[in-house]
Amino acid sequence: MKRNRLRTFMLGAATAAMTMAAGTGGASAVEIEYWQYFFEARVDAMDKLIENFEAANPDITVKMTHFPYDSYRTKVAAAIPAGQGPDVVQLFYGWLNDYVEAELIQPLPADTFPPEKIEEEFFPMVKAMRMGDSYWALPTAVRSLALFYNERMFEEAGIENPPANLDELVETAKKLTKKDGAGNLTAVGLTTGMTAQDHHWIREVLIRQFGGEPYLDDYKTVNYNNEAGLKAFGFYNDLQAKHGVTKAAFMDEPQAAFKAGRAGMHIDGSFRIGALESVRGLKWGVAELPAGPDGTKSNYSSYWVNAITSKAEGEKFDAAVKFMEYLTSDEAMQIWLETVGELPAKPSAAMTDENVNHPVYGPFIKGLEYAKTTVFANESAQRQAMVDMMQRIELQGQALEESVAQAAEEEQKILDEYYKK
Amino acid sequence: MRFYNNLTISQKQIVWAWIFLALPVLFYVVIRFYPTANAFVLSFQEWNLLGDRKYVGLENYAKLFSDPVFWKVFKNTFMYLILGTPVSLVLSFIIAYHLDKVRFMHGTIRALYFLPFMTSAVAMAWVWRWFYQPVPIGVFNNFLASFGISQIEFLSSTTNALPSVLACAVWAGLGFQVIIFMAGLRAIPQSYYEAARIDGVSTWTVLTEITIPLLKPTIVFLVVFSSIGFLRIFDQVFNMTTNNPGGPLNSTKPLVLLIYDTAFNGFNMGYAAAQTVVLFTILLVVSLIQLRLLKDS
Repeated sequence: MKRNRLRTFMLGAATAAMTMAAGTGGASAVEIEYWQYFFEARVDAMDKLIENFEAANPDITVKMTHFPYDSYRTKVAAAIPAGQGPDVVQLFYGWLNDYVEAELIQPLPADTFPPEKIEEEFFPMVKAMRMGDSYWALPTAVRSLALFYNERMFEEAGIENPPANLDELVETAKKLTKKDGAGNLTAVGLTTGMTAQDHHWIREVLIRQFGGEPYLDDYKTVNYNNEAGLKAFGFYNDLQAKHGVTKAAFMDEPQAAFKAGRAGMHIDGSFRIGALESVRGLKWGVAELPAGPDGTKSNYSSYWVNAITSKAEGEKFDAAVKFMEYLTSDEAMQIWLETVGELPAKPSAAMTDENVNHPVYGPFIKGLEYAKTTVFANESAQRQAMVDMMQRIELQGQALEESVAQAAEEEQKILDEYYKK
Repeated sequence: MRFYNNLTISQKQIVWAWIFLALPVLFYVVIRFYPTANAFVLSFQEWNLLGDRKYVGLENYAKLFSDPVFWKVFKNTFMYLILGTPVSLVLSFIIAYHLDKVRFMHGTIRALYFLPFMTSAVAMAWVWRWFYQPVPIGVFNNFLASFGISQIEFLSSTTNALPSVLACAVWAGLGFQVIIFMAGLRAIPQSYYEAARIDGVSTWTVLTEITIPLLKPTIVFLVVFSSIGFLRIFDQVFNMTTNNPGGPLNSTKPLVLLIYDTAFNGFNMGYAAAQTVVLFTILLVVSLIQLRLLKDS
């Protein structure tokens, strides 16, 4: 999920003007440093949060520094062991293992952040941030998947409601698909592309909906080379191979096809909202992901978290804890939602009437209640295993069972190598 | 100072030479040699950028040589070289040879050929990527479809993808090679051609007996230059296949892209360093062959 976005971030970083935190000044006792990577909306949101935090805590100042994404990890790794750099740091949830092992961050103090309270207050997928008896990091905002649909194409095809389950998804997609005289697709009913969000959709949604569980042992063992897995991959493969309502990488990228009005439906993350809002002439709606054959709902969520680094000690540590408290407050989450468009990580902030009934955010927020978070060892390599799986079937005519078995083996190898330590 | 004054003039010259050389030497040691040596050491270690480096002996190399993806990538890298170098050289020679004879708007045409070389590889790769798409957006396939010819899968086929990416890379480098060839052609003394004309020799003989032999230094330079370029191909491949880098099914992945992926997506720096050492070895061998060839001429 993060890859495509990051590319956009980097472009943004190159062109956008530098906006530095205006958090210095004032006769303050403690100054703590906060680091994140550069993405304009995130920096703007953090500016606002810091301003509010400093107003409430006049004896603390927070200095924000940001880096382009591609040098972010290196800088953090070099700075903290040298006693430099941030007291509070932002990281991708999938990096937690690495950061804990390299002793870059310390656990959140249990008196301020008791694990039971966190588990009560946050959405369940945040559990991935717990190691042993303590939480190591917490998100301000999270992201989930939903079904985007093109309202004009729905109207044209005489479809009233977005599909509620997978059978309806296929039927709706059939009505929306358009072909030219030679049989070439000119508009797809549903976009597909394992390189976009589909591998998340299959892993955490389809496999579970067909009665399986994608991984066992805390995501250390692949568990989709079985009946449920084959059904899920079979369903996905049939969309193109049997029903002909889609083509992998139609118009290069799924989101491009949807933006161009050449796709009836499109599964994507909440981070796509901003990009779609700026497309003129496109009328679109959002719905929850279709439910499974037995009504099972599922979703995938990913997020960036904040953590206190091992460098923070004494009064800086106390200030960092206070800042973390603010970053995980309902107020901060609402500001983040309004500025960045990412969803609040706590039901108390997310499930307000206004948010749940919001035509755009609503379906994403509802998805959070039953969302799962995949613990990746190497997200891009694990995604590649699935990309190759579908391509072996499409381009080389390999049998589905064989291809799934091979992918499961490849992915297991990646996991084994990572966890062998 | 006494010591300096006692030196002979030639010794003083040496002292001054080293004083002036100090800066570039320092630069090379700090910016080039140290990181290179470090990469060699790293190739025997395991490191994820965050924790401590750990010695693992030859494990990275063992893993590399038993990895089928590496051998696929190795083959691809040489496919880029073996297809790209001759094709681009023959094309650019033909263009230069004929362009050399054209007087009408010579400067403009030459500039047009050179234009792609000045364009950013990223922008160019993306434009070509869109050219290659199936209908309704790809130029090539829309053209075919309008004549009722079935579409060609360019980038989404395991057999066509590599030549498709290569075509863009060849086109990008053509301008430079044309200019170098034209300079080489101009450097051949006219008297040879005049003598040949007096003897009544055919155009073909002039080409094979005068032009090509006298162009040998130019050809050697271009062979070596473009070989190294194709062995290090990255921009075009990465940008034309960003969603599935080096795909489909690794059919376009060159060594440099594998290194990038290992290092900055897998954060497996030791393994990436081992791959880099292999690339370095390949480039070194090619460069040694180059020296051999240059000596002959």
